[in-house]
Amino acid sequence: MYYLGLLIEYLKNYMKTRLTYRADFWVEVISDLLFQATNFIFILVIFMHTDSLGGWNQNEVVFVYGFFMVPFGVFSCFVNMWGFSERYIVKGEMDRILTRPAHNLFQIFLENVDPPSLFGSIIGLIVMAISGSNLGLPFEWWTLPMLILLTLSAVAIYTGIYTTLTSLSFYSDAPTGILPLMYNIQTYGRYPVTIYNRAIQVLLTWIIPFAFVGIYPAALFLHRDEMRTMALLTPLVGVVFLSIGLMAWSFGVRRYKGAGS
Amino acid sequence: MLGAYFDFIRIRFLTMLAYRVNYYSGILIYTLNIGVNYFTWRAIYGDGESLGGFTGAQMTTYVAVSWMARAFYFNNLDREISTDIRDGSIAIQFIRPYNYVLVKMMQGLGEGLFRFMMLMIPGMVIAILLFPVQLPTEPSAWAGFLVMLFFSFLISSQINIITGLSAFFVENNEGMMRMKRVVVDLFSGLIVPITLFPDWLSSVLKVLPFQAITYLPGSVFTGRVQGVGIWNVLGIQVIWFLILLIPIVWLNHAARQRLFVQGG
Repeated sequence: MYYLGLLIEYLKNYMKTRLTYRADFWVEVISDLLFQATNFIFILVIFMHTDSLGGWNQNEVVFVYGFFMVPFGVFSCFVNMWGFSERYIVKGEMDRILTRPAHNLFQIFLENVDPPSLFGSIIGLIVMAISGSNLGLPFEWWTLPMLILLTLSAVAIYTGIYTTLTSLSFYSDAPTGILPLMYNIQTYGRYPVTIYNRAIQVLLTWIIPFAFVGIYPAALFLHRDEMRTMALLTPLVGVVFLSIGLMAWSFGVRRYKGAGS
Repeated sequence: MLGAYFDFIRIRFLTMLAYRVNYYSGILIYTLNIGVNYFTWRAIYGDGESLGGFTGAQMTTYVAVSWMARAFYFNNLDREISTDIRDGSIAIQFIRPYNYVLVKMMQGLGEGLFRFMMLMIPGMVIAILLFPVQLPTEPSAWAGFLVMLFFSFLISSQINIITGLSAFFVENNEGMMRMKRVVVDLFSGLIVPITLFPDWLSSVLKVLPFQAITYLPGSVFTGRVQGVGIWNVLGIQVIWFLILLIPIVWLNHAARQRLFVQGG
């Protein structure tokens, strides 16, 4: 309850800062969607030159992309660690966070909420609906609950990965440039992983499991039975990676000594 | 006076050197980017021999060299400038006896040189070992590529500077910076070579500056453009470099009139 109250207060605050830069809100929504649009353009361009990508047709690949957008939007809204090291470690704001009663990681999430990202999730649902109906996918009784469960699991995976990477900045005194570099890689999990060579498949499945936020769970809705086991593993992977992230984080915080002025 | 500007290159280079450990992960991740793109393209090619005038081998080389070029020309000048503007420190920089934009360019060059040596060269070596990259044999392709790579850096940095200076006019240009990054990656030909776009789009992109950043140097390196053609594509880059100077000079001038500090 206490945390929910905090969330609402922070969202109110967010609205106030946002109303100061009103035009910027829409610029941000548009720039987010543009980022997604480039990936769509990539898919469309690919399928201008080929009929199938590793045995998946255009509608299927677009559907996977639509699914991928849903958890990604939720994740970007609530978990935004961009520039953590610069803002909290180098400028010493971490000290301020640590002196407050609420959990430190939760506070950081709250201070960076980014509701415009949710537009991406909505577009993703629309994309899934359109490509799903093109494919004639049946709407089963489990579709909606599964969609919610898999979305939450995927958000947990993202949060786990990015929290782990961000907590590295407790160990390194220099701003780490890893996060921006990861940004491109996460989109690869939405292509049929079977087209990659074994090493990359293993990497995208077990080490930085971005395949679990795109292709595997989406395959369940596409009735691709060869990936059903992997799809059903998604919640487990989510729990595991979220735990790793939280552990890395709390070790990091314990190691934190404060820097700067 | 000129010496002072060279010092900005040197200082930025040394600053980057202090943080070099970060770049080892950069090499890994850029290689991974190349790898994933390589396998995606291989799946697209299937049995096909050529797409949009690119053979499979040329596409591999193109992907590798484009990502590695990005490792060199990429910088965050836009963010640095807009931070200077937002926290007000630009006011101090404007009254110092140097040209602010030129200083930023020099710092970008310092970073670029560092990225060239620590990220691009080692990354390229790894990419050549891992993927069937075909290096050009003609010296003119190498020379042309290196000169064009320098212009890629100039044009990319110019676009960054324009985006950064726009913070004078829109107060918070976070969205613009993100949009710029996306547009540059897509329209420069990093993600998809420009010839593979639908005709209407590729004819639009041919009159925009972005192709000069990735697509044109990549075309020279993969041997799609040879001989006299190299002079032509280099000419396109030089023209864009000159054209982009105009908005920078104008923005820099207008900014001095408009400067209001939002705190700090």
